Amino acid sequence: MIYTYDVVVIGGGIAGLITALKASEKCSVSVVSKIHVTRSHSVAAQGGIAASLGNEEEDRWEWHMFDTVKGGDYLSDQNAAEILAKEAPGCVSMLEHLGVPFSRNSNGKIQQRRFGGHTQNFGKVPVKRACYAADRTGRTIMDTLYDECLMRKIPLHNEVFINNLLFSENQCCGVVGYDIRDCTPIVFHAKTVVLATGGAGRIFKTTSNGYSSTGDGFGLTLNSGLVLQDMEFIQFHPTGIFGLGILVSEAARAEGGILRNNKNERFMMKYAPSLKELAPRDIIARAILTEINEGRGINGEKYVFLDLRSIGKETLLEKIPEVISFIQTYLGISANEAPVPVAPTCHYFMGGIPTNTKGQVLVDKNHTIARGLYAVGECACVSVHGANRLGCNSLIDLVVFGLRTGKSASRYSIKHNRVSLPVETEKISENKIAFLLEKKGNSSVYNIRENLQNLMTEKCNVFRDGQNLSLALDKICELKKKYSDLVLNDNGTHFNYELQEAFELGNMLKTAESILYSAFKRKESRGAHFRTDFPEREDTKWLKHTLVASNLQGLKVTYFPVKISRFQPLKRKY
Amino acid sequence: MKVTFKVFRFDPIKDEKHHYDTFVVETKLNERILDCLNKIRSKQDSSVSFRMGCSYGICGSDALTINGVPSLACQKLVKDYNYTSEIIIEPLKFYSVIKDLIVDLDPFFKRLEKLKTDEKRKPINKLEKRENIQSIEDLKQFEDAIKCILCGSCVAACPITLEVEPEFIGPAALLRAYRYIFDSRIKNINEKMLLLEKAHGIWSCKSHYKCTLVCPKQIKVTKTILKTKRKIREDLHPKT
Repeated sequence: MIYTYDVVVIGGGIAGLITALKASEKCSVSVVSKIHVTRSHSVAAQGGIAASLGNEEEDRWEWHMFDTVKGGDYLSDQNAAEILAKEAPGCVSMLEHLGVPFSRNSNGKIQQRRFGGHTQNFGKVPVKRACYAADRTGRTIMDTLYDECLMRKIPLHNEVFINNLLFSENQCCGVVGYDIRDCTPIVFHAKTVVLATGGAGRIFKTTSNGYSSTGDGFGLTLNSGLVLQDMEFIQFHPTGIFGLGILVSEAARAEGGILRNNKNERFMMKYAPSLKELAPRDIIARAILTEINEGRGINGEKYVFLDLRSIGKETLLEKIPEVISFIQTYLGISANEAPVPVAPTCHYFMGGIPTNTKGQVLVDKNHTIARGLYAVGECACVSVHGANRLGCNSLIDLVVFGLRTGKSASRYSIKHNRVSLPVETEKISENKIAFLLEKKGNSSVYNIRENLQNLMTEKCNVFRDGQNLSLALDKICELKKKYSDLVLNDNGTHFNYELQEAFELGNMLKTAESILYSAFKRKESRGAHFRTDFPEREDTKWLKHTLVASNLQGLKVTYFPVKISRFQPLKRKY
Repeated sequence: MKVTFKVFRFDPIKDEKHHYDTFVVETKLNERILDCLNKIRSKQDSSVSFRMGCSYGICGSDALTINGVPSLACQKLVKDYNYTSEIIIEPLKFYSVIKDLIVDLDPFFKRLEKLKTDEKRKPINKLEKRENIQSIEDLKQFEDAIKCILCGSCVAACPITLEVEPEFIGPAALLRAYRYIFDSRIKNINEKMLLLEKAHGIWSCKSHYKCTLVCPKQIKVTKTILKTKRKIREDLHPKT
């Protein structure tokens, strides 16, 4: 089966849908997703979307830009951070006019609340910048965009797994994959391909990410001989429900939640005396783990308490009803009456497929463009979040850069002629499927995946060091060997999830390896990347972006400078 | 502790008719049913197919029939059931089964499309102008409906779709329509209400309240349908 469109978007989360909607104004576009698009992980975004609307108190885009750059520990490209902060209010306005049911203040304007690292007047005091729809912000934006896609009749190809990007005449001309329903190979012949495939939280044992976050876009990119940027920077959200990793939104702290250790101390006073529980996530995640490692976890266990009791039942139910409800379901706790056990959980990838501010994928440190290929959202690295993303900056990133990517992808498609597909492209997926189904090896997908998740959690978590990273790199080689000796127990063709999981595992291994190598090579601590053997930030040597490539000769890193305009790097204190 | 699961199986390639397989799973009271199903896949039989997503009740992927009731496998724990006897896992009713616990949801999503009206769409651009003003009270009018996660449970529980009129548009689509009809920002709602009145539309609903009972987000679905009916009567068929 061959489908032909101008623009093909891989991934149907908020970034993918915004890109598709924008591109659909000028050309034919379709969204391809390995799940039903309404199940995309964007629906899990709880707390809000950042924009300096100033509905509650004075705010300016310059302050938002500064917070983003400082939050990113000065690794953010400041041209991108400026675009994000400047265009955010107009984008939130667009979402509202499309129908997103934002919570309202008493003036009928979009209500805003505080969020970690967002401040007034260049770091002075917290500011209410997070626009939200209770704690269903992602879900309501997704639903609005989904309805918009239906009304514009944008074709959605649900439950199609993509195996390869296709290139001919030195440009990306489509993708090939298969229908998960029955293994039929499907080719999408396009003028431009947009990757909007999200993150890869599932390479860790404990994550807030859904089952679909397996780094497929990272795998597709590396397998095409292209590079990834800043992969060592992974955000661990400080407050995952202990054991499960399910996210307790930062909104819980914005509304007044307090973190306490086994001595009932409000320990954030020590680590971030000014912003306390509203410090950026990397700082709080390290604080929690420091408390636990020094023996101040609750009952000697590996968690601390998030205390929501002072907020009041009514406010809890109004502001964070979903969070309160799943704390009740999974822990049997009424958050109004008992503190909630929390620990850091893998949450977000700051790094990804390098792009410029139009979403065009870059192939090297000289910013050479991969023709016809775009990336947007969590899988992309513009780089706006630098070494650590602020809460609420991901949703706005999706919309601001989704619009820009949609626009530039459709322009490119209009200007350029379609190049023909390489020969026998359908065979690519057909062969890959047949190879795995018939393979008679000794290793199981589940065994390798569990080993990978344990490995990453033990060796590449919030605190890292050279020795453990190096050990982990050796271990990954072993896992890759096992992966080449795979055997599937299910050899059916209809909804064979083991087959899909095998493909995903390939992407996960590639992603993990690129993270470990980038982390091993960066011998400093910056934002979410903390090396106990190099605990200081070192701007003279390391104020630069990592590019990592993975090919038959092995892994290779190169570096290129950060774009700095308004804000010179300062010591990062909160 | 060990819990027994009786799981509905059907492979369209091999089977003419469905059957049940029994799996004994080592689990805990606080584990999700979804965790148990994943243990079956990873430790006993990887060919058992079901959908899953976020794992905490916000994406709507894993609606299944558990002990006869449509439920999200990630939202239900072992302790929610009588775990000393078998827990029975079946696909959602009403939809056709593609494989094991996976049903064809196209009819579900198609119903949502049916109620789309052909309005001129706004351009997808960042805007200079500010947001619409909407009061807290106006937002409250439809806030219950925005909790919907499109899991399809309500349709699978509706006695009208199941027993009387399979073409019935169903509770989820009616809830979606309610979300727009009662949103003060939206002006031309009459066209939408007229669509609801077509055959197999809102008047086929006989308020059995089954949708409300099974909704995993505790939305008062039937109440929203009744409110919509009242509004249609008042706005489109006023008594003279």
